[in-house]
Amino acid sequence: MADETTPNTDVIQGTLDLLILKTLSLAPMHGFGIARRVEQVSRGVFKVNPGSLLVALQRLERSGWLDAEWRQTENARRAKYYSLTRAGRRQLDAETADWKRRVAAVARLLSTEA
Amino acid sequence: MHLWRSLVRGLRVLTHRAVADEQITDEVDHYVELAAAEHVRRGLAPDVALRAARLEVGNPTVARETVRSYGWENAVDSVAADVRFALRRLRHNPSFTFVAVLTLALGVGATTAIFSAIDPILLAPLPYPNADRLVTISDRGGVGSAAPPAYGTFGELAARARSFASIAATDRWQPSLSEVEDPERFVGQRVTAGYFGTLGVRPAIGRDFTGADDQVNGPHVAILSDRLARRRFGGQSVVGRVVKLDDQDYLIIGVMPASFANVAAPAADIWTPMQRNAHAPFNSVEWGHHYGIVARLREGRSIAAATTELAALARSRIPEFARPPWADMAGGLIVRSMRDDVTQDVRPALLAVGGAVLLLLVIACVNVTNLLLAQRGRRRGELAMRIALGAGRARLVRQGVTECLLLAVIGGALGLAVAGAGMRALIALAPAGLPRVEAIGLNGPVFLFALATTTIVGLAIGIVSALGAEQGAGGLRAGLQQGARRAAGGSAVARRALVVAEVALAIVLLASTGLLMRSLSRLFAVEPGFDASHLLTAQVVESGFAYRTDTARRELFEQALDAVRALPGVQAAAVTSQLPLSGELDGYGFELQSKPAAAAGDDGSALRYAVSSDYFNVMGIPLRRGRYLDARDRPGAPEAVVVSESFARRLFGNRDPIGQRIRFGPETGSSRPWDEIVGVVGDVKQQSLAVSQTEAFYVAIGQWWWVDDVESVVVRTAGDAASLAPSVKGAIWSVDKTRPIQRVATMEQLIVATEAQRRFALAIIETFALAALLLAAIGLYGVVSGAVSERTREIGIRVALGATSRGIVGGIVGGALALAAVGTALGLVGAGVASRLLETMLFGVSRLDPTTYASVALLLGGVAAIASWAPARRAARVDPAITLRAE
Repeated sequence: MADETTPNTDVIQGTLDLLILKTLSLAPMHGFGIARRVEQVSRGVFKVNPGSLLVALQRLERSGWLDAEWRQTENARRAKYYSLTRAGRRQLDAETADWKRRVAAVARLLSTEA
Repeated sequence: MHLWRSLVRGLRVLTHRAVADEQITDEVDHYVELAAAEHVRRGLAPDVALRAARLEVGNPTVARETVRSYGWENAVDSVAADVRFALRRLRHNPSFTFVAVLTLALGVGATTAIFSAIDPILLAPLPYPNADRLVTISDRGGVGSAAPPAYGTFGELAARARSFASIAATDRWQPSLSEVEDPERFVGQRVTAGYFGTLGVRPAIGRDFTGADDQVNGPHVAILSDRLARRRFGGQSVVGRVVKLDDQDYLIIGVMPASFANVAAPAADIWTPMQRNAHAPFNSVEWGHHYGIVARLREGRSIAAATTELAALARSRIPEFARPPWADMAGGLIVRSMRDDVTQDVRPALLAVGGAVLLLLVIACVNVTNLLLAQRGRRRGELAMRIALGAGRARLVRQGVTECLLLAVIGGALGLAVAGAGMRALIALAPAGLPRVEAIGLNGPVFLFALATTTIVGLAIGIVSALGAEQGAGGLRAGLQQGARRAAGGSAVARRALVVAEVALAIVLLASTGLLMRSLSRLFAVEPGFDASHLLTAQVVESGFAYRTDTARRELFEQALDAVRALPGVQAAAVTSQLPLSGELDGYGFELQSKPAAAAGDDGSALRYAVSSDYFNVMGIPLRRGRYLDARDRPGAPEAVVVSESFARRLFGNRDPIGQRIRFGPETGSSRPWDEIVGVVGDVKQQSLAVSQTEAFYVAIGQWWWVDDVESVVVRTAGDAASLAPSVKGAIWSVDKTRPIQRVATMEQLIVATEAQRRFALAIIETFALAALLLAAIGLYGVVSGAVSERTREIGIRVALGATSRGIVGGIVGGALALAAVGTALGLVGAGVASRLLETMLFGVSRLDPTTYASVALLLGGVAAIASWAPARRAARVDPAITLRAE
């Protein structure tokens, strides 16, 4: 959990897909796992809304970038694990490149301004 | 991949909704569980941890709903829910549903049926490749109207005109199938070799005509239509067989495809090569005005360009192509698109009927909208409640529109059945000569049209009724407090406006009907120029080897006449080459001795009647001057002519026509002896009662150049003419039973048939007008009785305060009449505008005929009074004690 002093931010519009894809590129994971991982890695800057996350997962799955699989958990519940497909990996590369381009552009703008 | 995956997953969700829901629930629960477990690890008590996790995830139901709302299948789901809801509502309101569906079915069905006729006839291209390049060419007659060209003219055009990729001529040909059990006369055409090629069609089996077939004295060959080949000759195997036509051997060389429609002559079933000579002498059949010319424009060439070229060609004569005075192209030539040419006769009737059916459809929609508004008015409380519970306005409107679309779809499906019946009725009613009747049916475009109409109707009534209900409403919110009682707000205004519209539309239809009815009664009051009662007619064909000579033909007719005259009930009988009002039109050019044709130019033509001597008596055509034709006018005797009044007046003005000398048709310009005018008789209508082309001349059969092989026998009977038909037929067959007799009809039947176009339009528009009147009456009744039940309390108070029941009835009926009056006023203006569409079909009556308009207005006023009377009586019986206590 982020501590009280650092402001936590909702995931920037449009980047949730990228974050999900990136997170899943390491290992298959369930929804909660993805949310926690995003929060941890971003050091609590990003907070993931469970509703948006599950909808995003469904959308990415429909788009063919994720595969979903039901697995048994240790306490006999079933959990839905998501993994990246090959198309998903390509999409991740594309979105990463795109994101870097944008960030670089914004960074340039900000530095000239200063 | 992506679309496919989305489709498959969506379908799986739709078909296994429960499983999909469970999965979402599981996933959300799992999330909450893991979140709680994490809190526990951080040292919270399990129940506190669970609460914290729930807090974090938010309301799990909302989360589930958010996840559930993703994907196209959910839109389907909510539409399906709307449809289920609408179905339930319609089921709970059977009488409303029944009336609304029936009204829409009639509206959509009638519109679809009419469209099924308008589409192939007026909208679709003719059924030939690149049909927009097909044109017809006709001669311009003396008065500027189109006249059939002569073959000689065709010959010159074919050789000189450059605008056409190909050009062909046609002529009527009606061969009799002879030497069989049941002789039959076929309707066919003589065509030049390029006819089918010009249209862009080929025989399905066998071969087309070639240049070698189309030579003077060429081989006797024929091509059959598919339907004739099947009906008479056992199908396509007839190709290669020899068939006796007019007692001569014809080799059948081809059969056209079943899909081939010969639009210029839809009845034609058999074709033979023209075999005419373009350079024939003027007194030969090649120079008669009875051919047709079809041409295919060169690619990129316009009709205007072709017209210009032909005009120049008409002005420049070349020595190779001599022209007789009656076909000298002095008036120029008329080039028209083939489609306009074949549809011009039916276009006004079809457009009028199309306009009428659209009005009917609008009235049907207005009526259903009205019913819907009345129903929404009653459901005001329910709607207010649903809004209060959080139903979105957009969703409510969507449900309303869904309900209307559903009504329209059910109505439209039933409408297809109505349309099927309507099409059969249309085909049965269709006037003779309606082109492309075979293409009327429930085909792709018609089905699409019905679908589009249904959708538009559903959306229109849905949106209009939604707006109408909105109008009423500050009311929606206030409805909760008010209850349904004083609900006569804006929706009542909307309903009144709709009734006014309905009345106005009904008036337009009624006025159109009235104008057509008056036209027809005016027409049938027109004197045809002879006594049409007790007159039986039959057309007899005399062709073929046995009757190759004029003498043989004349003898046969004389014997047949004697046999007919001997029948009991027959007063007199005669023969004529051309029968008035039968559709025949046979005219010839002429020249006067006092004014030779070569000097005078084309002086127009006159109708020719070659008749037996008692023709005038049998027909009852009055003698004005001189004498009738009689036994003196034998072959070889000096040639005598009787002319019609109007012809004599045009030729001689006030001078005495008796004794004047004249020559006709092939005689003009020749050195043949002149004919002498011996009598003047009254004018007779030939084409139709509306057309007064009555310039005519009569000659004795034996004194004309030839004896026609198709003649009409006219029989004056003592009693009912129709009942004598079988015995007259028998008498003619007693002379020679192999001769085909066709078109046996009383003169009165023929007269009625000449007005087929108008009667067709009238029959349909009349039906629509009655339906419209009924719908308007129902609409008025609905509005008035709605108003009465809404005002029960007010009426009760009024009665308590001493209002008489007469006053109350008067007030309510008066209110209804005021609505009707507004509608009528608007409708009369609309009718004035709409009557332009009818103008060409009116006869003897102005399109703004005040009598018609006044009687229509009165009729509607009467119907409005009757429709509002019953609810008004109900209002008058209101018991103030009961209403006031009901508070």
